[in-house]
Amino acid sequence: MTTAIGRMPTGLRWVTGLLLAIWFIAAAFPFVWTLWGSFKVEADFFSRVSWWNAITGDRTLMQTGERFTLDGYEGAWITREFWRAALNTVIVTLSVTFISLFVGTLGGYALARSGQRYAFWILIAALVFRAMPHITLVSGYMLPFFELNIWGILPTTIIVLVAINQPFTLWMLHSFFLGIPKDLDESAMVDGCTRFQAFRMVIIPVMWPGVITTGLFSFLLGYNDFAVTSMLLSQDNLTMVPKIASFLGTIQSEGNVMFAVASVVSATVPLFILVLFFQRQIVSGLTAGAVKG
Amino acid sequence: MPHKTFALFIMPAVVAMLLFIALPIVSVVVQSLFVEHEQVMVEVENCGPFGCSTQLRVDTEATAEIRDERPLGRFAGITNYINRNHLAFDQVREIWSTSDGLGEIWSRMMNLPFYKALAFTLVYCFLVTPFAMMLGFAIALGVNTLPRLAKGPAIFVSILPMIITPLIGSLILFWMFNPQGILGASLQVITGDPTLSLRASPVLTWIVLIIYGIWTNGPFSFVVFYAGLQTVPGDTLESAMIDGASRWERVRYVIIPHLAPLATFVALVQLMDNFRVFEPIVGFSAEANATSLSWLVYNDLIGQDSQQFGSAAATSVMTILGVVILLIPVLIRTWRDFNRKAV
Repeated sequence: MTTAIGRMPTGLRWVTGLLLAIWFIAAAFPFVWTLWGSFKVEADFFSRVSWWNAITGDRTLMQTGERFTLDGYEGAWITREFWRAALNTVIVTLSVTFISLFVGTLGGYALARSGQRYAFWILIAALVFRAMPHITLVSGYMLPFFELNIWGILPTTIIVLVAINQPFTLWMLHSFFLGIPKDLDESAMVDGCTRFQAFRMVIIPVMWPGVITTGLFSFLLGYNDFAVTSMLLSQDNLTMVPKIASFLGTIQSEGNVMFAVASVVSATVPLFILVLFFQRQIVSGLTAGAVKG
Repeated sequence: MPHKTFALFIMPAVVAMLLFIALPIVSVVVQSLFVEHEQVMVEVENCGPFGCSTQLRVDTEATAEIRDERPLGRFAGITNYINRNHLAFDQVREIWSTSDGLGEIWSRMMNLPFYKALAFTLVYCFLVTPFAMMLGFAIALGVNTLPRLAKGPAIFVSILPMIITPLIGSLILFWMFNPQGILGASLQVITGDPTLSLRASPVLTWIVLIIYGIWTNGPFSFVVFYAGLQTVPGDTLESAMIDGASRWERVRYVIIPHLAPLATFVALVQLMDNFRVFEPIVGFSAEANATSLSWLVYNDLIGQDSQQFGSAAATSVMTILGVVILLIPVLIRTWRDFNRKAV
């Protein structure tokens, strides 16, 4: 396309470059700054004198003897047992991803192959369900869950997140399965397979690109959730994001904000790794949803 | 596909959605019609050296018993909806009749929790959506001019604000806008006002929350528009150039019309999602200056001893109504698409 349009005039090129540079700084600098600051003491990162202290780390040098310190991480991970929250996050997000994919693949495949009117209505219902604010659903769960005595434990949260995730998963996998030619599984059935055998032997081997993309978004939903996990988990079972929120209340009074900064950085790292390795799938997933509507 | 096979395949997904999305909505509607039991009071006679007096005391046992028996509370009809914490009809009527000037009406309405939350939610929704889309479009045009090798890293950096956990993203910005953080301190120097802070200034809180919204929503529009740009027909662009269209005219008359359908899609989805704004309020500890409908529900639910399920449910029902209104255009669009395919 660039060749067709030709070269940009130098002035425009400079302006574009400058604006892009500003955007890249706006997008990346907060993360870089917080990562850098997480190795300082509070008097530097939240300096009353000048933010320049956060760069030089003068107070960190005075308090700990070095310009970088791991105190924040030590406090969060060991003293305040952030590792427990990290472990819970691993359990919750992995379970949510695998269960939603299992349930969603079956459903998405059926929706793509049915062609009946009711399949369309299920999709419409899913669209409505997807739009529901999570916190309003949570206010519907609390009372019944208290009564049934299943509030506060990990399995309840996992199942709730799987259900909340289903509408999106169904839509995404449905449109993905529409792209796999019908002839493929139908010819297998002509050869004597049942529908389920056809699904297992013909469709499963070719469905991985779509499933991986959908899985990434299920993972993100489970990982990023705050509304459900903060309200449905007891204090001991909290995952990382609600744990950080619960840190804030107790920590600020004790003057240990750096614990929260360190745990925020810790919780961000897996997301960066995810984007690093799966950038292409994330982008294609977002566009597929948009282009197909 | 036979109905029976279809039912078997779809069963787990449908059951999950019915149990944990449809049923809770019903439960919310029911709960919104009830309020918590009042505490059972008993008269106790206290006899001391100076005679006896009767006192009213809370009978904890009886209260607990009645709560166990009927956990929903007592039936209240629509009072949850019209009390001071929600639609506040009485208060609104009074404000209308006794205030002079729009300014006074506004400031008095902002003392009513529901209207305060509604105002911020709507402002956030209708400011963030268009600005985030414009930002996304501009980044897409810019990144599209970069050399091939630079595009990958450019996209990587650009989607970070969208991928980040909302609560964590808002905390990171909150710490930077803290009066002792880099941006907050710089703002104080630039404006020459040493007392300027998020806590003290509602205006600044609103602006920063909206900036956060644009920062975190822009990348979604960017990704969609960037993909759309790759499908702009080269022939049309070329012929526009031969006809003497300037660079700006090519954007205005070729690229924007080509991306228009995508833009409506993005706008509809983003409006719906921004209406649910919640985590930034918690992350920025903004509740004194700005609240949202979702935050009101959360706030009713986190009360340690007295969770106000009825009140939370009433706000939830009204939030759901708002979402449904925003959803109608999406549904109409999907309906049309489906019928077009069927023909």
